[in-house]
Amino acid sequence: MKRRSLLERVRLLGVSGLAVLQAMGRAVLFLGHALIGRSGTRNGFALLVKQLYGVGVLSLPIIIVAGVFIGMVLALQGYSILVDYGSAQAVGQMVALTLLRELGPVVTGLLFAGRAGSALTAEIGNMKSTEQISSLEMIGVDPLKYIIAPRLWAGFISMPLLAAIFSVVGIWGGAMVAIDWLGVYEGSFWANMQNSVSFYDDVLNGVIKSVVFAFVVTWIAVFQGYDCEPTSEGISRATTRTVVYASLAVLGLDFILTALMFGDF
Amino acid sequence: MSVDNAYAVELKGLTFRRGARTIFDKVDIRIPRGKVTGIMGPSGCGKTTLLRLIAAQLRPHAGEVWVNQCNLPQLSRSELFHMRKQFGVLFQSGALFTDLNVFENVAFPLRVHTHLPEEMIRDIVLMKLQAVGLRGAVELMPDELSGGMKRRVALARAIALDPQILMYDEPFVGQDPIAMGVLVRLIRLLNDALGITSIVVSHDLAETASIADYIYVVGDARVLGHGTPAELMVSEDPQIRQFMQGIPDGPVPFHFPAVDYRSDLLGGAQ
Repeated sequence: MKRRSLLERVRLLGVSGLAVLQAMGRAVLFLGHALIGRSGTRNGFALLVKQLYGVGVLSLPIIIVAGVFIGMVLALQGYSILVDYGSAQAVGQMVALTLLRELGPVVTGLLFAGRAGSALTAEIGNMKSTEQISSLEMIGVDPLKYIIAPRLWAGFISMPLLAAIFSVVGIWGGAMVAIDWLGVYEGSFWANMQNSVSFYDDVLNGVIKSVVFAFVVTWIAVFQGYDCEPTSEGISRATTRTVVYASLAVLGLDFILTALMFGDF
Repeated sequence: MSVDNAYAVELKGLTFRRGARTIFDKVDIRIPRGKVTGIMGPSGCGKTTLLRLIAAQLRPHAGEVWVNQCNLPQLSRSELFHMRKQFGVLFQSGALFTDLNVFENVAFPLRVHTHLPEEMIRDIVLMKLQAVGLRGAVELMPDELSGGMKRRVALARAIALDPQILMYDEPFVGQDPIAMGVLVRLIRLLNDALGITSIVVSHDLAETASIADYIYVVGDARVLGHGTPAELMVSEDPQIRQFMQGIPDGPVPFHFPAVDYRSDLLGGAQ
């Protein structure tokens, strides 16, 4: 392999740094053009409903199944720890707080990136490679308004709802394991949960997290599709990038948001 | 400013680069109104890029692109989208919307740009499909069509709004002789019947020469020559002659630039 001089390495670092900054600039302009200004199409609502179905409704099975299982596992793990301290009835509180504050938004964000995000990238990339996006431009329709905007709004709207559904079915799964299987008293399970979960501190903060994740994951997914190289390999790389970048963004932002919401600074 | 109404499209001093490579260097092209103009040249010389520059999908690094008295690089994004209603483009792949059937594909430009009642949209779509011989295929999805049929549906969609300028990107590539004959006939027929300006980007010499009123041959980032097909056929210019007569080696070399053959072989042995 060819050895590179130190100067050459510094130059390459600069080149890749500039490429990253250019991509970020393109992504911001892309988002601005897609969301700001008139839609330019009369059937904007119909397009949004179609995307809500594709992005949101079709993601329901994976969200529900994952939510139930994670709730069940949380109850099992929580019970095995809490029972040693004689606090088994606090398992409801533990399941609810873990899901509402953390796992609901985070796992939904990760699953959403894998299911809906990758599908969005691949779909838009394929439209680009088959010249459908060019074709729209030539018909005089702005693809950012017609293709991108409905997908962005569908992601923004559906992911927080999916996160809420995830938390609800997770709590239900936890209750099933704790009450029906492990024999925790039903009254204390729900009463502990109700007493300890605060709407503003826990539920609302979880919703804020899911809104932020929805924004970032959907933005990354549609931008990667629109900006990809229009070849099979390019689409494949863009889809991978969507899942990797979106997952890392969710995890990184989760730490920042948690520190802001629950850290005592 | 362009004031000559005889030309639908005028490119003046057009320069376009991709990275360090110059695709076009101060190119001047004038497309006569109401005629079929062929843009020809070897593969990879930038013919499709030229089409995208005319349609303002790409922005030139220098020069002017005048279409119907408007310099496209100076228009805003929204003005460009408005301007493009005057264009119809037939892409190489057809570029049909894969989630819409044939009827909805052709109806698409009418639905987004007009307020016509549904009955009238239906009539127009059927008329356009009748013109390309595919009225019977209205219910089919794009993946149920052959390559030639896709291009004909795309052609029906391109003429749905009765554009003033119709551009064809390599319309004859990968077509069987029957589909090719149909397309050649349709391009000429639509041009004459609708009185539009047609620009055919192609490297298929015989087909393009048979329908074009005027041809530009591009290569080496410039216009190698232009004239009627008959004039180009008897051109003495070596580059034009090589292209028009399909000579494998000449000013456009057969071999990609490389180091000396003998030293390359001997160097490998060492």
